[in-house]
Amino acid sequence: MCLAIPGQVVEITAADDGLALVDIAGVRRSTNVSLVDGPGQGVQPGDWVLVHVGFAMSVIDEHEAAATLRLLQDMGEEFELEMAEIRDSVDA
Amino acid sequence: MRFVSEFRNPELGRALAHQIRELADPGHHYKVMEVCGGHTHSIYKYGLEDLLPDNVELVHGPGCPVCVIPMGRVDDALDIARRPEVIFTCFGDMMRVPGSDATLLHAKAEGADVRMVYSPLDALRLARENPDRQVVFFAVGFETTAPSTALTMIRARAEGITNFSVFCNHVTIVPPLRALMESPDLRLDGFLGPGHVSTVVGARPFGFLPADYKKPVVISGFEPTDVMQSVCMLLTQLAEGRCEVENQYTRVVPWEGNPNAMRVLAEVFALRPHFEWRGLGFISQSGLAIRDDYADQDAEQRFTVPGVRVADPKACQCGEVLKGVIKPYECKVFGSACTPETPIGTCMVSSEGACAAYYNFGRFNREKQLVS
Ligand code: SF4
Repeated sequence: MCLAIPGQVVEITAADDGLALVDIAGVRRSTNVSLVDGPGQGVQPGDWVLVHVGFAMSVIDEHEAAATLRLLQDMGEEFELEMAEIRDSVDA
Repeated sequence: MRFVSEFRNPELGRALAHQIRELADPGHHYKVMEVCGGHTHSIYKYGLEDLLPDNVELVHGPGCPVCVIPMGRVDDALDIARRPEVIFTCFGDMMRVPGSDATLLHAKAEGADVRMVYSPLDALRLARENPDRQVVFFAVGFETTAPSTALTMIRARAEGITNFSVFCNHVTIVPPLRALMESPDLRLDGFLGPGHVSTVVGARPFGFLPADYKKPVVISGFEPTDVMQSVCMLLTQLAEGRCEVENQYTRVVPWEGNPNAMRVLAEVFALRPHFEWRGLGFISQSGLAIRDDYADQDAEQRFTVPGVRVADPKACQCGEVLKGVIKPYECKVFGSACTPETPIGTCMVSSEGACAAYYNFGRFNREKQLVS
């Protein structure tokens, strides 16, 4: 649960509710982006965010996203577990 | 230095290791605490201890949210989870944390409706889909995670969902650090500040460490190069006689934190007068309670819980591990009675826990050392 995983915003699904579809390492999940929203700083499709328990915590650049993802993939099993949890949460 | 090859930039890793050697005063034994379990994980995974000179020691701090939940709170969770009307939801790690007579996994095997969720939003969805059941979310975590719970509760209210509540065990990072500084057991030279917590609270809350205790802080990212660079920045401060909060992780951590997150935290939560930490005891103003305004979503008010304080198991030395007083392998039950499959203490449960991280990676390095 402690992981923050980079994801790319696919589309804003419900702007009023702060919800977006985010592609998290290949799994598309509804993600709350309201913490990184605000006047003049809302996320757009294509932006990269760090996702923690279904919420975007911060906006990052593509380079940082790639580096963080590599670090997580290196972790092996725990990252796999977290991704499995995300996948299950989408299928549920 | 075989691990340097796994760095994103091996050259930089080597250069940093060299610089640290140059900076460290050979007549001084440095103790640097990494506050966050994510750092502990990187340190063991990449064998960073082997890259540091012998007189620069990294000690693990209390920043693993699963590790610090006391047994009494797990018992309260079990009590709620065993009620027939309840669907009890929690993060995967919490399923295996031992209470005094069982884990949530045991309770589930015995018929309690316990479900693992990835996000509090998924718990709220269960409430929406099961209007005739009570859905309770077991909320744990530092300031990184608490805003997610707060936003979920705000959402529940906006939607008029009344069968959702939160068993709140959120904690804050500053009070345990202050408690550590006040404890005589430990002499530290500085801190690696937590990366993700700081995205929410910013760098400012750590200012008390230099101001009140003359200890420098460097907020650090999680890549091995980040950790090495942060140690380097810390030693530079010490060498130059500076003492301040620096931010190595500017790529992600804004100095001011995340104002949206701080706002929702303040709307939903207030500080508890005291909260018990596993192994550390009661620390004042260290836990978050649900504000009266959101009392209708407070599981502790909706269900009466036993609320009994339970002493940690005798064999368990998690408190000393969480305070950085002993290394995981110095605990008598480490790797024998206590393993990730059958944890006795919490530090063995979450992969961010020092004992689990050490069990998974570090012991191989140490065994290597002992053999050679
Ligand atoms: S080995 Fe087990 S009991 Fe000992 S400190 Fe670690 S988690 Fe606690």
